[in-house]
Amino acid sequence: MQFVSIANRFGWGGRPGAIPTGSARDWLAQQLQNTDAANFLNVGTSADGLIALREQRRTKMPGNPLIQPIFQAEIATQLDHLLLTEQPFRERLAWFWFNHFTVSLRQGSVRSVVGAYMREAIRPHVTGRFVDMLVAVMRHPAMLMYLDNSSSIGPNSPIGRKNHRGLNENLARECLELHTVSPQGGYTQADVTSFAAILTGWGIDMKADRPGFSFREKAHEPGEKNVMGQVFPEGEQGGLLALNYLGTHPATYRHIATQLVSHFISDKPLPQDVEHIAGVLQQSGGDLQKTSLALADLPDAHKPGSKFRSPMDYATAVMRALSLGGAPSTPDNPHSPAHILFSACGILGQPIWSAPLPNGWGDRAADWSAPADMLARTDWSWRMAAHAHADDPMEIAHAALGPALRKTTLTAMHHAGSRQDALALLFSSPEFQRR
Amino acid sequence: MMIRRRSALLGLAASWSLGRSSLALAGSASGPDDPRFVVVILRGALDGLSAVTPYGDPDIATHRRSLLLPEPGQEGGLLDLGGFYGLHPALKNMHALYNAGEMAPIHAVAGHYRSRSHFEAQDYLESGADTRLNSGWLNRVVSALQGRGQSRPDGYRLAMGLTVPLLLRGPAAIGSYAPAGSQHPDAALYSQIMALNASDPVTGPAFRSGMKARGFSDDATDIRSAAFKPEPCRKPDAFMRLATAAGEMLADPHGPRIAALEIGGWDTHAAQLGRLSGPLAQLDRGIAALRQSIGENWKHTAVLVMTEFGRTVRMNGTGGTDHGTGTLAFLAGGAVAGGKVGGTWPGLKQSQLFENRDLAPTTDLRAVTSGVLCNHMGMKRHALTIIFPGPQPEPASGLIRTA
Repeated sequence: MQFVSIANRFGWGGRPGAIPTGSARDWLAQQLQNTDAANFLNVGTSADGLIALREQRRTKMPGNPLIQPIFQAEIATQLDHLLLTEQPFRERLAWFWFNHFTVSLRQGSVRSVVGAYMREAIRPHVTGRFVDMLVAVMRHPAMLMYLDNSSSIGPNSPIGRKNHRGLNENLARECLELHTVSPQGGYTQADVTSFAAILTGWGIDMKADRPGFSFREKAHEPGEKNVMGQVFPEGEQGGLLALNYLGTHPATYRHIATQLVSHFISDKPLPQDVEHIAGVLQQSGGDLQKTSLALADLPDAHKPGSKFRSPMDYATAVMRALSLGGAPSTPDNPHSPAHILFSACGILGQPIWSAPLPNGWGDRAADWSAPADMLARTDWSWRMAAHAHADDPMEIAHAALGPALRKTTLTAMHHAGSRQDALALLFSSPEFQRR
Repeated sequence: MMIRRRSALLGLAASWSLGRSSLALAGSASGPDDPRFVVVILRGALDGLSAVTPYGDPDIATHRRSLLLPEPGQEGGLLDLGGFYGLHPALKNMHALYNAGEMAPIHAVAGHYRSRSHFEAQDYLESGADTRLNSGWLNRVVSALQGRGQSRPDGYRLAMGLTVPLLLRGPAAIGSYAPAGSQHPDAALYSQIMALNASDPVTGPAFRSGMKARGFSDDATDIRSAAFKPEPCRKPDAFMRLATAAGEMLADPHGPRIAALEIGGWDTHAAQLGRLSGPLAQLDRGIAALRQSIGENWKHTAVLVMTEFGRTVRMNGTGGTDHGTGTLAFLAGGAVAGGKVGGTWPGLKQSQLFENRDLAPTTDLRAVTSGVLCNHMGMKRHALTIIFPGPQPEPASGLIRTA
């Protein structure tokens, strides 16, 4: 029974019949020790996305005729995987880190590469070192476009002098504030400016056969720079050294420990929990596999229902409880499971890869429990419950909630007049809103 | 052109049901005089004794005095069905049909299973078998009839909607239709959901204020009071709109010939006297709307109204009834030999009750259905073994008008 709590807290909700037996901790550990089993279909690399973007811009095509199919294919295969994965802990970590390093469709032209960003910059490092993920993110075209760094020019660089262009601090500021040390790290405006100068030249070569990251020497601000008391040399190497410094900084470890504990344990993380996780990060050199497992060992890790489900958590859990998903979703079929999930996230208030701001989606109950949001969940889940043709609602309830399932909910379900109503009651119960 | 319009309509319809009502259609036309067959599932178990009350049985008052309506002729009383039975006053249109010889209730009906679980019973009711099958008996009817629709070899190959009931699921092509909008649970379910969340510090206040914004009153957490309140989220009579649409499509010379509708709200465990009038009136308006929209073709039409099981003969402690066995089916339509109450009355003495609690079933629902299929849809007896696998009940006779 403990598995259900773990599958909810650390995964995406149980699929009936898919919860294994044995030690829950071993189950979590194996998901991270084994390689990522995701097999994404019909998708290319960020270079393919950038080629599509280049073609659309070159011929001034209206709409998104080349990019939209790429995006749809990413949605189909990545959300299919979310519905079916047997490594749900790994999957939760992947989406957690995506949110930590948010790029959003609401800004920049990231639609062509956002799916590739998840697969190329985030996923390979979910069980690796934090600093490696940081570097992969900062060099990825999606992030360079989203936070404008590809247009940031060193004022004293050849291009800067010629065109009278200058710095764009956006990426540097968010990297300090959101991705690494956070304001607690004690940096100043001078540090932001200086870090932005370090990152000048980090851009995208759109003209290459395979467009992607390139360090543009001629846009790079010359000279050594000083960030948070550290001196970094001129050139691409300076940026890598700065990221290495920031990505292993004790303040960074503290910041991401706070976020991890908030996401996995409680809206109000206990100081000793944060201290412990930050310590694991520090001692292991930012090893995210060790750190992630340490979360499962925190005293409250198994206490059911301490975290409120975000809309994406909720929609995914409903669809997994209903055993939806299976045959690969076709990119252009709106009734395929992946697209039902995609549209559900939008209806319920958390459109995929579309956070309003670079700090990503909120992670607390108060962010997601507005009256209209709760009713939207009820209405949507009631419609989804029509998908349950054969299954016993009680079995679905036990598989979905395990020991968290309340007697009152079961009683209400027993008295429901139809399978659909019984499941709507389950999905509208307070315990189902939590993981 | 008509075909294309209809196809488009059905194709667009996609997926959703309306409130607790939904509509699915099947069968290809071979001519304008084809028999039409409509099945209405009442999900949640209708109390047959309230819909058609045997007021002439002296024992009924001993079991459920406070659930009884006045006898025919009194204010708010039953509508007489020939001296022994009375129809619930919410079923005015059905009563007019009865008087016109176009409606026949059949009493003490039950499926071939004995389950008091809604979900199991609905599965067996729709599968038409002793086990749950992946196809419904009405879909197998469509398959058996398909050879006859030679003028329309394409049939209705439409995307299957998400809420096609099990009854119509299976290999034969099915369309589904629902008017846009209004895809919500109904008031009673919302009330239960609010009650489930009432004590939760986060979701409780959210549901309360959300429902208030939708026009519910503050005390709507009380299911009993909510049942008497208007249902703000259901557009005026969803079932009626679906029944109208079904009639229009069935009337189309090239349209489908079989429709399945469903309607919920029958699970009256508490405050039954007040709560049952709503769904009964809705059913009544829907049947009238179907008759109106199907027009001339009403004379080729048989409507079967069925539910998964009946309810306890005795009233429970909360003014309602619990899950039982024997109940009622309705037949309506111009093709129906109506104006009488069918079935065999089992009596209500202690010893006559099924398991000392339920109306004893005396007619197998499959016998009723088989009678309609043979005498109305022109189905051969041997085809029935596919429609209803297992022991065959004798098809009931006298249900369909003979020309």
